[in-house]
Parts: sequence; structure tokens; C-alpha cells
Amino acid sequence: MFAFIVRRIITTIPVMAFVALFVFSLLYIAPGDPAAVIAGDQASPADVEKIRQSLGLDRPYLVRFGEWFFRVLQGDLGTSIFTSLPVTQLIGQRIEPTVSLMVLTLILAVAIAVPLGVLAAWKAGTWIDRVVVAFAVFGFSVPVFVVGYLLAYTFALKLDWVPVQGYTPLSQGVWPWFKNLILPSITLGFVYIALIARITRASMLDVLQQDYIRTARSKGVAQNSILFVHALKNAAVPIITIIGIGVALLIGGAVVTESVFAIPGLGRLTLDAILRRDYPVIQGVVLIFSFVYVLVNLVIDLIYTLVDPRIRY
Amino acid sequence: MDRRSFLKSATSTAVLAASGALTTKAVAQAAGAKTLRFVPQANLANFDPIWGTQYVVRNAAALVWDTLYGVDSKFVPQRQMVESETVSADGLTWTFKLRPGLKFHDGSPVTSKDVVQSLMRWQARDPMGLMIKAIQTELAPIDDSSWKWVLTEPYPKMLLALGKNNAPCTFIMPERIAKTDPFQQITEYIGSGPMKFVRNEWVPGAKAVFEKFADYIPRSEPPDWLSGGKTMLVDRIEWVIMPDAATAAAALQNGEVDWLETPLSDLVPVLKGNKDINVDIGDPLGNIGAFRMNHLHPPFNNPKVRQAVMTALNQEDYMRAIVGDDDKLWKALPSFFTPGTPLYTENGGEVLKKRNVAEAKKLLAESGYKGEPVICVVAQDMAATKAMGDVTSELLKSIGMKVDFVATDWGTVGARRAQKTAPGQGGWSMFHTWHAGADCVNPASYTAIRANGDKAWFGWPDVPDVESQVTAWFKAKNLDEEKAAMAKLNKAAMDNVVFAPTGFYLAYQAWRKNITGVKSGPLPFFWGVAKA
Repeated sequence: MFAFIVRRIITTIPVMAFVALFVFSLLYIAPGDPAAVIAGDQASPADVEKIRQSLGLDRPYLVRFGEWFFRVLQGDLGTSIFTSLPVTQLIGQRIEPTVSLMVLTLILAVAIAVPLGVLAAWKAGTWIDRVVVAFAVFGFSVPVFVVGYLLAYTFALKLDWVPVQGYTPLSQGVWPWFKNLILPSITLGFVYIALIARITRASMLDVLQQDYIRTARSKGVAQNSILFVHALKNAAVPIITIIGIGVALLIGGAVVTESVFAIPGLGRLTLDAILRRDYPVIQGVVLIFSFVYVLVNLVIDLIYTLVDPRIRY
Repeated sequence: MDRRSFLKSATSTAVLAASGALTTKAVAQAAGAKTLRFVPQANLANFDPIWGTQYVVRNAAALVWDTLYGVDSKFVPQRQMVESETVSADGLTWTFKLRPGLKFHDGSPVTSKDVVQSLMRWQARDPMGLMIKAIQTELAPIDDSSWKWVLTEPYPKMLLALGKNNAPCTFIMPERIAKTDPFQQITEYIGSGPMKFVRNEWVPGAKAVFEKFADYIPRSEPPDWLSGGKTMLVDRIEWVIMPDAATAAAALQNGEVDWLETPLSDLVPVLKGNKDINVDIGDPLGNIGAFRMNHLHPPFNNPKVRQAVMTALNQEDYMRAIVGDDDKLWKALPSFFTPGTPLYTENGGEVLKKRNVAEAKKLLAESGYKGEPVICVVAQDMAATKAMGDVTSELLKSIGMKVDFVATDWGTVGARRAQKTAPGQGGWSMFHTWHAGADCVNPASYTAIRANGDKAWFGWPDVPDVESQVTAWFKAKNLDEEKAAMAKLNKAAMDNVVFAPTGFYLAYQAWRKNITGVKSGPLPFFWGVAKA
């Protein structure tokens, strides 16, 4: 197991290097000019050019990539073109809201979606199953921002139960933190719940038709025990896989959700950086997100061994 | 841990968490009474008002850095940091004196060395500053509170240059900070204005915080735009950046923020219907929409093609696309200048008063237009440019022009418009933008009206008639001479179509009724604003 973990971490290095090269190259060829944004609309073309030179944006691709890459190897993600603040500091300011949002979403989604999927499989073909399937289709079809607006309108504006926007750090109390995050988490989790519920249902349907389940039933094992001990454990591998893959959905959805609910997280940082062509910030955030995704997949691989003893590395 | 001890500790944690929540709420409410929460028009992504000249930076900078002069609502520059000034009889030597007791936020006194260094940095980036620099022989301190400026020829607009509200303003910084290269960003945010910038609470893209500067000495005159006493009636101002206009409007209705600089016009009826919210015009100087053409390449290098577009253009189409059905928010603009301002003129603007498609087609035929595609580079992430782009596409097709519509984002437009190459080789034919009305009051900071070829703004118009009238305005010694120069300038720019104005439009601001003292102006003025 230990050798597997070490091996996987080592394979992360070329993946990250490729991501770095790909992101840098993509931004290099992408149209746009941060100097023009900095200078403002009234600036003369000559002023824009001087700012471009002062930022080093007129230098060759290889020089710029080489400098950036060697800084990254030393743990330095560079400095934001716009704020002149280190990218690590900007990410540090934004990481707590995004991690909070993603963790709460993950907890909510798993807590809601897995029982829903199990229920739908157990009651396959009944109205309960159809309601769950319909909900899953709905969850896939409705855009995140529409869900966000509807929830904010109902629960924040009309009922005044929670704030419309913003983020309260966990250090200022669990309840204010939760009040700020509950609507964004439900919004972000909507599609995620649909995805997990659907996969759980399909996987459970498959397992529930196995001989050992029939045997358990004939032996008089309680229904809950059949569903949650015998069946769910064996259906867990695809569910865990989809939870891992869904993290990418969460990362993408966080960009929209954080904008709708004005949460100062990494998603908004990314969007702002893209719109302004703040290259060091985009590169830094994409690297971090890639690393998180690789890490999540490693953790998922390790969890497989816990739910299925046949899997060995 | 057994079940009982687990439950006991879990209960204690929940109680502590709840009490923490209550304490936090109490603190927030106490602080909230003296804290003004403001949603600005855009993100404060940098905070150097000389390096970055975006309006949002200028607006925040006006809290932190004071200016030597400030224009009032009649566009007259009034003394602000300056106590007195004299000018020699030949108009070549200006001497200024600072008012006593001015301090920077770090406690150090404001001296003439700070002023001179700040002016040198400003000069390198400001069109009026560059003009002064070109005729200056000396800019130097006389003593701690006085300095002189010696010129080779008179510059009648000196006080306007020092007090104008167009970016970059003459914000005064400590000498050590002002020594920063004007093309590099400063790293310290120390000013002598009425509010201090709380750097450690700045989260670019999310929040910027300003706290009252206890040692600020406001002038005794009543506040009027950038002039007069900048007396702060709140202790703390939080700028809350909200990228989503609907969320910002909801937050205002919910009382989570106090003041929106620019609510989305679609949501204004909802805000007007809320008994706790005031809605009024934000900036009375508004914005002028612009159809900017590339004068270097076909088809718009041909004046007749440009005139054909101007003749076919219906400003109402553009304005309704931007602001909708609210007639209070737009005006037809047969001019390049801001309506309602002292020098406003419509001389030569008849072409924009009535659309004439037949005449436009005739002009296009006479021009010898060969069907070259018009590459319209249109930013879709800006509501105004997107709306104007849609109208333009139909307009050009209606007179028989071939349109190649490039839908992109503002960052790409910013880069592409600087390309002088032919439209088919990465260049462009036209793009849309808008100019703040405050910049279009006169030619002083109106870079888009200039037509000095290579040195002109994107599109690079080269019209000597326009330039000679700009020079005449700068040399004008009285209002009549200024008006005469402006009238000729407007006509020359219309005849040669430096660019096509698509109309004049305004935007609302909205604030909760427990906030008093909110005024209309070219920037949000926080002095005199109180929160009950």
C-alpha cells in the first residue's frame, strides 16, 4: 500500500508539469492583454505598450515560461499582475470559503443522494422511483445560477432566514458560517445530488438482483440490513468513483455559485483573473485545482480497498 | 470516550458555537451602525490611481489621497490642499502654497517635496500633465510648504489640470512612494485624504475597507463634488464587490449593504417599489456610447464610408438597446460632448438628428466600397457594448455592408484594438466602447476626440482641423473663446467622423433610506454621507 501511494505521488509530478506547460501555453496564445485593462480605456496606445514592457509581457515565450516554471519549482507561484500581491497570498485569502463550500456540499450531497438512490432502487418501478429519477433529470437540466436565484429569492429575500450573499469565516462561529453557506451548498450540490443518486440507483439495482441478496432475503435478513449492509457496500465502488469524478463538477460549479452568492472564494478569483488576463493568478489557481483533483483521485483509489477487500495495490 | 461524555462535549460545543454566533452578531450590529457598506461599479483589483486609471480605482483613491484642487459641480477648480496660488503677469511662473496642518496617514506632514514628486509622477501619465511637461522649465520646492512651476508659455488651464476629476487626478502621495516609476505599481497606500486604506483587510475582488483618518482637517467650505470640506460622518466604509447585479440588488433589499453605485436597470423598478430604498440618477454626466472605426484600413479609411454609417445611425436604437424603455435614462446626442455642461455644442451635429438610410446608401455607393467585410470586434461581457454591437450589425447590413461579427470579451477587445494590421490579418474595422461624460466636458482629458494620427486613440484618426481646434481650446483665455473653439471642434470631428457617438445614457444609483447625504456626481462622494 505504502509503495502504491509513493508511486502515485511520483506520477503526479509529470501530470502537474504537463498541466503547467499546457496552461501556460494556452494563456500565451489566448487573445487579450492585461496591460490594456490596467491602463484603462482612456490610455494612449503608447502607455499601454509601456505597461506591457514593464510587466515583461513583451518577452519571448520560452523566457517567460522558464522563469515562471523555476519559480513554481521553488514554491513561488508568482505575483498578480493587477494587485502586485503574491499569488500564494491571494489563494490563501480565498481558500477557506471554497473549501468550506465544497466540503459542506459534499456532505449534503452524499447524505441526500445515497439514501435517495437506495430508496429508488429498493422501490424500483414505483412512483417513488419515478420521483427520484425525475428529480435526477431535473437536477441535471436546471442551471446552477437559476437554482441559486430561486433559493436566494425564497429563503433570503422573502423568508429572511439566511443572508443573500457573503461568507462568514468559521472562526466567527459555526452558525453564521453555516447560514452563509447553506444556500450556496444546496445550489452547488443540486447537480451533484442528481448525479450520485442516479449512479447509486443503477448500482444498487444491479446488486439487488444478485443471488446472495436473494439468499439473504430467504434467510429472513431485515430489509435495512440487506440494503445498507449487504447491497450498498457491494454497490459502493461506482458510487465512490462518481463522487471523486464529481469533484471536478464542484470546482466548475464553484465559479458560478461563488459569483451568484458573492462568496470570496477561489472560483471568483479564477473568473476575475481570466477576465482581466491576470496570467500568474490563473496559472496558480489551475495548478492548485489540478493538484486537488489528482489528490482526490488518489484518496478514492485508497477508499476502494476499504469497501472492497478484493482490491489490492 | 463513552456515549455520555460524547453527548456532554457535543452539547457544550454546540452551546459555545451558538454563543459565538450571538457574540459575533452583536459585534457586527454595533460596528454596522458606523459602517457604510457600499457596492462599487467594479472590482478594486489594484490601488494605484496613477498606474491604473480605471474609474473604480479613481473613486477609491479619492477617499485616501487628497488633491491640490477639486472641481465643483460647476466645473470650476477650487482650492483643496492648496491655501493660495499666484501667477506672474506673463503667465509663466506659478507659485503655490499648501494649507497648514496637512498630514499623511503615517503621521508625517505633507510638504512641497511630496507635492512636487507626486506631480512629476502624475505628469508622466496624464494628457494635461504631459502638455505642461512639454512647456515646463522648472518644477521645484521653494520651502516646506511652497513650490513653483516655471513654464515657457502660458498654460491657462493649469488649475483645471490640478483639480479635474478625470483619471489620473493629481493625488498627492509621500515623496518616497511618488518616486515609484509611473509604469510600475506602488506598494504602499499612504495618503492624506479623509479615509485610511486598511490594507490587511483588502481582499481584491471581494472587499476593500477604509477607516476614518482622525487627523484630517476638512476645509471650511461646504462640500461640492471634489471641492470643499470632506467631512466624514461614518467611521468605516466597506466596499463589497459583487459581480452579480441581481445578488447586489437582493442584498440591498435585505439590508446587507447600504448603497449600490450602479444597480442593473432591469432591476430598478423592483428597487423603486421598495419603501426602504431611494433610487436616483448616479452620475448626471452619464456616458457617451461610441462606434469607433479604424481610420487606417478599408472600408473606414474612406471618409465617405464613415459618413454613410453616421447618416444611417439611429441613436434611439442604440440607447433603447442599452437602457430599455426608461426615457429618463437616455438622450439623443448630436455632439461629441456631454449635454448640460457649460461648453456643450451641437454645431455640425445635424447628421445625427435624423436617420437617412437612402442618403447613407448613396454615400456608400459614391465611396467606391468594394464589399470588404467590416470586422466588428464586440465585447459580449459588457452589457453596453453587447447591446450596441447587435444594433451595429443590423445597421451595417441595412446599408449594404458585409459584416464579420467577432463576439468576444472585453479583455480581447482591449488587445485587438491596439493592432494596426489590416482587419483580415488580426486587425479590426470597428469596436464599441463608451466614454464617461466627465471626460467629455471639454478636450482636456478627452483622448477619444483627438485626431493626431499615430498618437491618437485606437482607430488613429488623422484630422488636422480637429487638432487645431483642440489647441485653440487650450489657448483660449475666456469662456467665449473656449465655446468658439468647441463649436468648430465638434463640427470638424462630425464632418470627418472621428468616431460615431451612439447617444448619451445615464444610470441609477440606489441606497437605503437610513443613509443620508448621497449626492449625484461623476464619482460617489462619501463625505457628508451619514448612516442612521
